[in-house]
Amino acid sequence: MLHRESGVFKTTYAADMALYPLPIARWTVAAIAVLLVLVLPLSLHEYYISVLNLVLIAVVGALGLNILVGYTGQISVGHAAFMSVGAYTAANLAVHLHLPFWVTLPAGGLMAALIGAIVGIPSLRIKGLYLAIATLAGQLIIEWIINHTPAISGGAQASIEVPRPTVWGHQLKTQGQLYYFLLFFAVLATVATLNIVRSRIGRAFVAIRDQDIAAEIIGINIFRYKLLSFAISSFYAGVCGVLYTYYFGIANYEAFQIGVSIDYLAMIIIGGLGSVLGTILGAIFVTMLPIVIRLTMEPLAGLFFSSGEMSSIIASTRLVLFGCLIIFFLVVEPEGLNRLWRNIRNYFRVWPFSY
Amino acid sequence: MWDEIQFAIALSVSGLSIGLMYSLIALGFVLVYKATEAINFAQGEFVMLAGFVAAVALGYSGMPVLGAVLAAVVVMVVFSFGLERVVLRPLLGRPVVAVIMATIGLGAILRGLPPITVGGETRALTLPIGDTPIELGPASLPPIQVLGVVVTLAFLGLFTWFFLKSRMGVAMRAVADNQQVAMAMGINVERYFALAWAMAGIVSALGGVIWGSMLGVDTHLALVGLKVFPVVILGGLDSVIGAVVGGLIIGLVESLAAGYLDPYVGGGTKDFAPYVVMIIALMFKPYGIFGTHKIERV
Repeated sequence: MLHRESGVFKTTYAADMALYPLPIARWTVAAIAVLLVLVLPLSLHEYYISVLNLVLIAVVGALGLNILVGYTGQISVGHAAFMSVGAYTAANLAVHLHLPFWVTLPAGGLMAALIGAIVGIPSLRIKGLYLAIATLAGQLIIEWIINHTPAISGGAQASIEVPRPTVWGHQLKTQGQLYYFLLFFAVLATVATLNIVRSRIGRAFVAIRDQDIAAEIIGINIFRYKLLSFAISSFYAGVCGVLYTYYFGIANYEAFQIGVSIDYLAMIIIGGLGSVLGTILGAIFVTMLPIVIRLTMEPLAGLFFSSGEMSSIIASTRLVLFGCLIIFFLVVEPEGLNRLWRNIRNYFRVWPFSY
Repeated sequence: MWDEIQFAIALSVSGLSIGLMYSLIALGFVLVYKATEAINFAQGEFVMLAGFVAAVALGYSGMPVLGAVLAAVVVMVVFSFGLERVVLRPLLGRPVVAVIMATIGLGAILRGLPPITVGGETRALTLPIGDTPIELGPASLPPIQVLGVVVTLAFLGLFTWFFLKSRMGVAMRAVADNQQVAMAMGINVERYFALAWAMAGIVSALGGVIWGSMLGVDTHLALVGLKVFPVVILGGLDSVIGAVVGGLIIGLVESLAAGYLDPYVGGGTKDFAPYVVMIIALMFKPYGIFGTHKIERV
């Protein structure tokens, strides 16, 4: 965040690991909290709040994927499948057993964590490309199983309608109410991630990312931590899927296909691998991209194309821009938006005396 | 009893021929990986692009079929050449995930482009080979599959000769084996990278023409690329023979699964069975049947 750090010296490990590196960080966090809790929801139009809601859901899922890809260095192309596991678990529990969200949400997460750990088993023997393809297989197999098992997917359309969550006897109906509901979980996920990555577990993950054989030699139990990483990441994905289900009021496997996995990978790459702030920026960026494209294209494209062609043109433009951005960031700025933000901050930190 | 055997033979023959057609596409992947260690997740989109070029050339300008095929080959060679220069060379030495994501991004661009530029509707890509099935004992094959088999076998022969006998092929094997030593022996490594991509471009172009004329050309043609992964993992990522054997196995599995399992589980096993086989293979032979084992050192 924006601050100057002159005169701040870290003399203990505890200070180095502290959640707030500088006293001023507390004030920044407080300011952001006020912005998120009071200013944004009270000042924005309902439509923009719905966009924010999508961002909040994406933040949860992207944080999970970044723990796996950014911190542990394992590749997963099956994130959306874990989301669908969470979504269908919660939907079935909510509809058939009438359980409230505070039971179905962790249940969905745990189920996804279990499946994620199973899909992660090949990571013990293989890595890199082979692992990417193994998780791709996981994605396709999970998708197929959900789609072809009526007991899970709820019959013909493979979709289950879920009632909106109820908090203290009130059903959340408006976008504003859902905003606070989702904000709570997004903040929870962010704080949890910050704490995981600075703890013993997080350090073990980073050691495995840097060189897993070396990590094993210095006494890190690779078996345990690789599977733990898959499980934690999938838990986030499952929770993200549950939130998605509650937000839209429907669990549908079409919302969790391979393209969604790639969207989430794009979020963490554009945002910055191995960075919590970057993940959030990436989630905002990737979620807003199609909306911005639609808003700018609609008046323009109306001149050239019929309204029937429009949706396919917009979808295709999004794909093309998306691909260009991924390649651009990979080639030009591998550390993503997080790095850009740091560069800007470092420039202004000593501004105007930059020598 | 005789009926069942006939059914099984028909399924196997069709599966094996489809499998060889998968091998054709997988060859493009293997050639690039063998020489440059770059992983091309956009192989399916390459095939789709070639299909589009050929279909547009046939449809708009009324070129002869041979001209359209040639156009596809030229465009694909130039395209893969440029791709290597602009996107993949800056990523040399970066983690695998970077290359994978870059080619996934490239795939997204390629899938998005046709609907914007030439229109996304399905085009027919008709080759002058008729469509009366050719009878082979109890099995019958559409002529396009026979053509696919012939082209794949021709390329297999060509590549075998190339890698074993020709000077350039030996140089390319040297590059694949150890880039630094190859460089020290006076081999122009960058030129062989470009050559590998050009060869992959040619294979993808022919794959695009054949698959496009079988399935019709639209953006869904890129989904063929999803079958490449089980094929190359099963056969071994850097083995030309492996691509063919893997293709045959996957084609067979797919066809038998579709014939025997689909009635019980309600369809779709075709897309699912190859990946199950692949996962099992990964557990027992992580580097595929013919792949090189990598020994990792700290």
